[in-house]
Amino acid sequence: MNDLLKKRIADTIAKGRVMLFMKGNPSMPQCGFSAAVVGVLKEIGAPFESFNILADNELREGLKEYSSWPTFPQLYVDGKLIGGADIVRDLHARGELKKLVAGAPVAGA
Amino acid sequence: MTPDDIKQRIRAAFPDAEVSVVDTTGGGDHFDATVVSSAFADKGLVDRHRLVYGALGEAMRGSRAPIHALALTTETPEEHHRKTDRNDPR
Repeated sequence: MNDLLKKRIADTIAKGRVMLFMKGNPSMPQCGFSAAVVGVLKEIGAPFESFNILADNELREGLKEYSSWPTFPQLYVDGKLIGGADIVRDLHARGELKKLVAGAPVAGA
Repeated sequence: MTPDDIKQRIRAAFPDAEVSVVDTTGGGDHFDATVVSSAFADKGLVDRHRLVYGALGEAMRGSRAPIHALALTTETPEEHHRKTDRNDPR
């Protein structure tokens, strides 16, 4: 991956403390897994930024390599990959997503 | 891709693993998998999932990958038994 793309990815992740890379946008998700993560974030009342990876194929493919994570959605908090839909739902079920989004360290995340 | 293909690839990477895979749509591209292995001990969820994605390699990589979606549950044997016990009133 070239440095320019790497920087663009890092800058995009840094656009929000809670940053969601998804298919579509929060008001119209294009995939059930993306919709599920948006739903969870709204449920816990977490403000978040999002990026529609369907609109940017270079960033979409680059981010998979950058994060060693082959699928979307991908949720980042403070620049760190928290996971995809399964992990986000799992953390939410254990009541830990809210703490994590609030900035607290979470075991097993 | 069949659930057995996926199972085989995961077992090759985690010889001790109990693996169950379901084709959720019947289309051979959306799957639901549970992997129980001691290889997950002391690892966070992100690293656990990365290990499984790594085991599936090309099957999940790139825009033409045969696996489009994989819902994943990763547990150590201890975590799995704890959960099973809780769900099984004896």
